[in-house]
Order: sequence, then structure tokens, then C-alpha cells
Amino acid sequence: MSFKFTQENLNKIEELKKRYPSPKALSLPCLWMAQSQEEFISLDAIDTISEVTTIPPMEIYRVATFYTMFQLEKPKKLQVDVCKTLSCKLCGSDKILKYLESKDVNINHVECLGSCGTAPVMQIKDKNYENLTPQKIDTILEELL
Amino acid sequence: MRESKIVSSKFHIQNAFNLHVAKEYGAYKSLEKMDIYAPQQIIQIIKDSMLRGKGGGGAPAGLKWELMPLDDKKPNFLVVNCDESEPGTFKDRQIISKDPHLLIEGIILSCYAIKAKAAYIYIRGEYKAYQNILQSAIDEAYEAGILKECDITIHRGAGAYICGEKSALLESMEGKRGHPRLKPKQKEPEWFFENPTLVNNVETIATVPFIVQNGADAYRSYGTEKSPGTLLFAMSGHIERPGVYEAEFGTNMLEYIEHYGGGVKNGKKLKAVIPGGVSCGVLTAAECEGLTLDYEALRGAGSSLGTGGMIIMDEDTDMVAALKNILEFYHEESCGQCTPCREGSGWSDTIVARILEGKGTEADLEKLFELADIMNGKTICVFAPSISQVIVSFIQKFRDEFEAVLV
Repeated sequence: MSFKFTQENLNKIEELKKRYPSPKALSLPCLWMAQSQEEFISLDAIDTISEVTTIPPMEIYRVATFYTMFQLEKPKKLQVDVCKTLSCKLCGSDKILKYLESKDVNINHVECLGSCGTAPVMQIKDKNYENLTPQKIDTILEELL
Repeated sequence: MRESKIVSSKFHIQNAFNLHVAKEYGAYKSLEKMDIYAPQQIIQIIKDSMLRGKGGGGAPAGLKWELMPLDDKKPNFLVVNCDESEPGTFKDRQIISKDPHLLIEGIILSCYAIKAKAAYIYIRGEYKAYQNILQSAIDEAYEAGILKECDITIHRGAGAYICGEKSALLESMEGKRGHPRLKPKQKEPEWFFENPTLVNNVETIATVPFIVQNGADAYRSYGTEKSPGTLLFAMSGHIERPGVYEAEFGTNMLEYIEHYGGGVKNGKKLKAVIPGGVSCGVLTAAECEGLTLDYEALRGAGSSLGTGGMIIMDEDTDMVAALKNILEFYHEESCGQCTPCREGSGWSDTIVARILEGKGTEADLEKLFELADIMNGKTICVFAPSISQVIVSFIQKFRDEFEAVLV
């Protein structure tokens, strides 16, 4: 297996094991750690997580494919999650989506990000950018790209 | 409109997420009551307060607490539901980012009452930024020796709306796909690895300190007889001042929208309101006249209070497009476990898309009602019945708009 958790993550895993009645509970936490290490979840990582959690690899794979935030392939471009749900749509998310299409990023149309009161919103690397306008997008992407 | 800040009392204070600031404003005061009250007494106070779960269902919290066995045969657990994913809802994030110590205080009291040594906060994956604030507050509470009788662990979800359903949430915490469980016939607690578990929403737990500190009657002095207390109601969509503003149950809906929200955006007329997240049936402006914000009134109007996150739609809103948007959401988020939901959410989305393109027929509208019937009451959880309610309410109330775009 070419995937290994970093020492820091191995320590975290040991700490977490004490906090749950079963190591199976560590499946989501381990998937997050693997993704933060490699930007995606490789099949090797799934085997390693299987050993930690005592859950069969196929089951870990099923779990990884169920949750939309887990990437099973390495992203090639900057990932931009744009909310397309109702409150954002009422506040002009269509325009934001259209504007983003002209940029060199990978756009994910996602469901409600919980920023309905500050719509429209996009999320990049766990950060919400709210009350979006094309001008704002330019400034944000200039910093990130 | 009476000011009613029970959960949001520290929201306006800068840096209230820091322990020393929060303490200046009375955080953790209610913990002194643990020296006076036995666990059972706290459960009784919560029961007497008639606190209702604030995650959308509105079930009496005390009755849920009472189901927890206090005999120490198995470890008890508390799980706080912070999977806030209902479109139109953004209240729990205010608590964890503006006053996380209030939640921690509530967790300590709740764990004491149900004799739990461990609490988990299941937070949606998209809330990482707020999760970091909450984690810092938890670390502070550990360092200050406030957190000693129970452990709090944040468990991060990864993008699945259905995990807000409490049994799906527990499945997810057990390391599986978030598929809701079959409901038992008799009343019993939830189970986390076969241990008795209480699942409550963030705001519900954040209300506990006020009730324990001030007593059940103080809480019931707010709200109506059957819906006592307050809720972090919210507004989004076509509204001048969107946001979260706490108010007591029984507040007049239109007055609330006017008073806190400053009315419909750009002075336009109100067309419709979805009262508490997209799983609630839509209400026309006429239906909102005189309507009060409490569980009974909304039920009476044929919708539901849900999370209290109102989506406001002005006179120019295309209701066919709005329904399409909601169905797209359901199509994407159906967990796929039950056939009526998996298939029904997809087909209803496809049919409304066809109507929106101007290719729909009268038969399509009838097919949508048929699908609504197939999805209602025939699945494990209430996800599919919510789709039914939404479809039926949109088409019945705005039928002319649908008919106008038929072939």
C-alpha cells in the first residue's frame, strides 16, 4: 500500500478511537484526513481506512461515493462550489454561474450552503464567499489562481 | 413586537465566541444549578417548559429526554444535530459562530441530565469555517476546566442532506451511508452502536441553559400555549434585510417580515412564502394574512413551521421555475434507499423541467399529482412526503402559472 497517514493524523486517529464506542465511527473522520493529505481519496487510502475502522474496503468505498464532498479523483483545477438552491437562485445565482464559466476553474453546482441570508454564495477550500457580484469574483479569484 | 432574545442574547456582542467575553456576559452561569438539581429534576424542568425540538419537527424535547434510561447498564450518548442543510435555514451556524459557549453550556447540562459522558456534534461538511470557531471554543472550555464531566467531539459530515434526519445521522456516525432507519413501533431512544442516544438540534440544546437558569415558567412566558418560547426565525430570498432574528412563537408572520426584514425587496408585492425550509408547503400572500408563526397555525394553514427559515418570493417570481429548483434539490439529495422516493424525486424533477421548457401537457400535471400520491406515506423517512407536499401546494395554488406554459 502506498498510502500512509501522516504521524499527525495517526496521533489524531488514536485520540479519536478513545472517544467512540467503536472504531467503525472513524470512517468519515479518516476519509477526511485522507482527502486532506492527497486532495482526493485513493483506493490505497480506502484499504488503509478499512484497516483502521475494521470496515471492509468495499463498504468504505460505498461510503466515500455516497457523500458528495469526497473526491475520488484528483482535482485538476481550482474547485468552486456554487450554490444553486432556491434562496441563492432568487438572489441571482444564475448570473454568478454564468460569469464563473468564463474562468479557469472547475465549477460544482451544489445544494444549499447555509448562506441563504447572504446569497448568492460560493465556497472555495472550505470558505464561503457571500453576497457575490462579478467584481467580487474577480478579486477573489485573482488571489487564489 | 416584544424583544425575545433567549438564544441570541449574545449575538450582537463582538468576540462573544471567546470564553472570557462570553463569561463577562453570563456564560456558564446555569451550570451552578447542577449542584441543586438531580438529573431527573432537570429532565422535569425541560418537560415542564414544553420546549419543542427546534430542528424542524417540533417534537417535545422533554419527552425524548425521558426515554433515556438512567440505570447505567449501558453508556448513554448525546448527539447534537448541526447538519443544518434545509434550504432557507442558516440559524445554527449563527449559534456556533457567534456564541459557541452557549451550545457547550447546553451540552454540559444535557449530558448531566441524561447521564451521558460523551457528546458528539455532527456538523455538515460545508460548515468547516464555523466548525473551527466551535472547536476553538471547545478547546477553551477544556483548558478552563469547564469541560470535565463529559467529552465533546465534533463529527464532520461530508455533504448529504439526509443526514439531518436523526437516524440517518447516526448511521453516518457509525461509519455508514446516511440511510434513515425504520422507526420502532414503541417509544424508545435512538441508538448509537446499540447504546441509548439522545439526538437534539443545536438550537434546542442552546435553549437549555436559559430554561435551567430561569425556570420552565420563564420560558413559557414567551410564545403561545402549545408552542411556548422562541425560535431563531430567518428570512431569505426577496427581502430587504435578510437574516436571522429570534422571535417568540405566535408572532404575526407579515409583521415579522416587515419589522425585521424591512419588507419585500425593492418595494415589490409579496407573492408567496415558503415558511420553514423547502420541505414546507408554499403559502400565497393571501394565506399569510393574519397568520402567526407557531406550529399549530402553520399546520392549520396546510403547511408546516419547519425550521422557521422563511423564503420570501416577490410578485415577479416564476413559480414553475421555483418548483423546478426545489425538485432538483430533492432529486440530488434523495438517499436512494426507498423506490418511491428515488424514482419519484427524479421523475417529478424531469416532468417539471419539461413543463418549464414549454413542452408540458395537462396530463403531466395529473402525473405529478399521481407521483405525489406515490411518494406520500410509503417510505422510511419523511423526505418523500415533503416532496409530495411541495408539489401539491405549488400546483394547486399556482395552477394558472403552470397551465400558462403548457403546450
